[in-house]
Amino acid sequence: MEFTFSDEQKLIKDTAREFLENECPSDLIREMEDDEKGYCLKFWQKMAELGWLGLIFPAEYGGLDGNFIDMVVLLEEMGRFLAPVPFIPTVICGGLSILSSGDEALKSEILPKVAKGELILTMAISEPEHDIGAGGINLPASEQGSQFFLSGTKIFVPYAHVADYLICPTRTKRTYEKSDGVTLFLVDRAAPGLCCTEMKTLDCSKQYEVVFNQCQVAGAKVIGEVDKGWEITRSVLEGATVAQCALMVGGAEKVLEMTISYAKKRFQFDRPIGSFQAIQHRCSNMLVDLDGAKLNIYEAAWKLSQGLDCTFEVSIAKAWVNQAYQRICANGHQIHGGAGVIQDHDMQLYSRRAKAAEYYWGDTNLHREIVAQQLELDNPARAGRI
Amino acid sequence: MNFDLTEDEKRFQSELCDFLDGEITREIAEESDSGLGLGPYSWELMRKLGAKRWLAPSYPVEYGGLGLSRIYRYIVQRELDYRNALAFIKCLGLIGVDIAGPTILRHGSKELKEEFLPRIAAGEIEFALGYSEPDAGSDLSRLRIRAVEDGDSYIITGQKIYQSHSHFAQYHWLVARTDVDVPRHKGISMFVVDLKTPGITIEPLWEMSGIRTNQVFYEEVRVPKKYLVGEKNRGWYYVASALDLERTVSVGYLESVVEKIIDYIKNTSRNGTPLGNNPIVRQRIADIIIEIHVVRNLIRRVAWLQDKGIVPNSEASQAKLFTGELFQHIAQAGLDIMGLDGLVRKDSKRAMLGGLMESFFRSSFLPSIGGGTSEIMRNIIAVRGLGLPLQ
Repeated sequence: MEFTFSDEQKLIKDTAREFLENECPSDLIREMEDDEKGYCLKFWQKMAELGWLGLIFPAEYGGLDGNFIDMVVLLEEMGRFLAPVPFIPTVICGGLSILSSGDEALKSEILPKVAKGELILTMAISEPEHDIGAGGINLPASEQGSQFFLSGTKIFVPYAHVADYLICPTRTKRTYEKSDGVTLFLVDRAAPGLCCTEMKTLDCSKQYEVVFNQCQVAGAKVIGEVDKGWEITRSVLEGATVAQCALMVGGAEKVLEMTISYAKKRFQFDRPIGSFQAIQHRCSNMLVDLDGAKLNIYEAAWKLSQGLDCTFEVSIAKAWVNQAYQRICANGHQIHGGAGVIQDHDMQLYSRRAKAAEYYWGDTNLHREIVAQQLELDNPARAGRI
Repeated sequence: MNFDLTEDEKRFQSELCDFLDGEITREIAEESDSGLGLGPYSWELMRKLGAKRWLAPSYPVEYGGLGLSRIYRYIVQRELDYRNALAFIKCLGLIGVDIAGPTILRHGSKELKEEFLPRIAAGEIEFALGYSEPDAGSDLSRLRIRAVEDGDSYIITGQKIYQSHSHFAQYHWLVARTDVDVPRHKGISMFVVDLKTPGITIEPLWEMSGIRTNQVFYEEVRVPKKYLVGEKNRGWYYVASALDLERTVSVGYLESVVEKIIDYIKNTSRNGTPLGNNPIVRQRIADIIIEIHVVRNLIRRVAWLQDKGIVPNSEASQAKLFTGELFQHIAQAGLDIMGLDGLVRKDSKRAMLGGLMESFFRSSFLPSIGGGTSEIMRNIIAVRGLGLPLQ
């Protein structure tokens, strides 16, 4: 067992902290909430120069050969500063899909451009009235000659309006086995029949409804194989979930730090409020919530980095951080008192994002259900894992 | 980052598991559940583990251990707890191996080390934790039992309460007041006392769980000075660091309880539907599994810190806090899932899981109190872990 980061990972952390401290003040976050694009191109390009956009890509595609723990270290810092960038959509959803496609031409074409900051990607997975999962992918893609036609609606597609390509899991075959018959397409955002409309959300995170109206995609733009896209989608979902968790703990840690610092300097009844047991115990609960979340996320990331099966650990991590981050924000707000609910205060930037993030990449109920599936509760003959 | 045991640790764990699976009998589990303490079958297992040097593998070789890292003791504790063996105070380990021994090793004289460590490691003796008094619980520095110097002895008079283990342990791990003219925590010393010494009376107190604890009365009990641990008046500091060692908890026992609840879910139907298909049941049990994973990592982190030679404080308190509260979460979830079935006592008609949840519920209140209350844990986390000002 080893519960520390490597020297390289510490370096990533320090570099990211320093860069984001200078380049990503909360003024920028506020500005981006109202900005049409929702991210700053210059900032994105600087991240590319630092190598972050290719961190987990192999060197042959312009990457740094990093692993998923390196990624988590970086994402925690981005979460801490609420960096307003399409990072998970581009690097994890887009990058990992293409990386696991086995398609050399596609990898060579796309990944180096992603690493250089020249391409924005996103994934259109969520559908109205469905959870994410194999059974939730129902948007039909019908084959006609060498072409496919996509029709239907995807929602909560982050940064769809600025993406060059959308990775879109579709349904190409209907069988009892939902994981069979999912096909991934790389869709040009400018393709005819594709229409993006902004959905304004709690966290101002640039989410879009994407309507496909007989949107034509060449068969050559299939990522992986026709009908066999679920495996890629599933691994992307796991990666994106861990990535989302890392952003969340980064934010949660900052909320705890802001709260502790406020509790030390805010005087009432002639003493710092942080000396009151009622405040201290809230703070202690925040730390336990945070540390529990971190360790579970590192465990999931470690399993991912080792290529081990991590379905269980990923869902445990997300289900816990979902709940833990809400409690951390609720305690943070309570301790900040009136000051924390004022728009000029950063607390509300975090608590709004915490709530939204709870539902991205699977809410708590969904991940609890995945945990329950791993326990094989409906199969008395088999011992599930705990 | 690495969440795996090393190859050597895995080999040790697998040899240990094979051994325990062969040795642990129904009688041993029954002794664990009896509430009466270690009985003959448990003592035999203690000695067998001791003979293999597996009871305290982290002790130095010269004192009966294997000189291995702290992780090895964590492995032993977890596997014993999981099998409900030698588990008198669930999850907290043995007082001799896990508290008295490590403190003697760090602060005791050579004579004390030679007298006690090999016997602890051999599984021959156990200690009772002699901390709490009627007026000194969480505020332990208010303890009043007096130890007065008299020639080459101390004469000890006073009273201790909630003295689990003291009716079957051979020794008392006692803190007593040796100086009344200094600030409270600077006048406390630590002793090893033979519980058979004349002047000691032990009276049972029965917990709602059916577990026996005790009051221990000292009436002019003569204890030779060589049984003072470390320096006179430094006892408070030894308690503080021993508390850190005590807080290396294991949730092996809780894992075994949860597995039994899962067994029940898999094999029970209600209103014609298997419980395993009931979404509410699935959510409840998943939540418990998630908490088990969180606490397991908090505990592993403590074992790892100790291995690195860092005395954990906030981290150990986090693990203790979480574990204590988890008992109650599991009791609630398990009983909610079982409904009326959960109420039936062991040995009764229609008892399910051998009456496990009924007795588990009764034992679920103590873990957030004993070994340091949740409130004290939160105080420690706030002050030591987060640097908040003292109250």
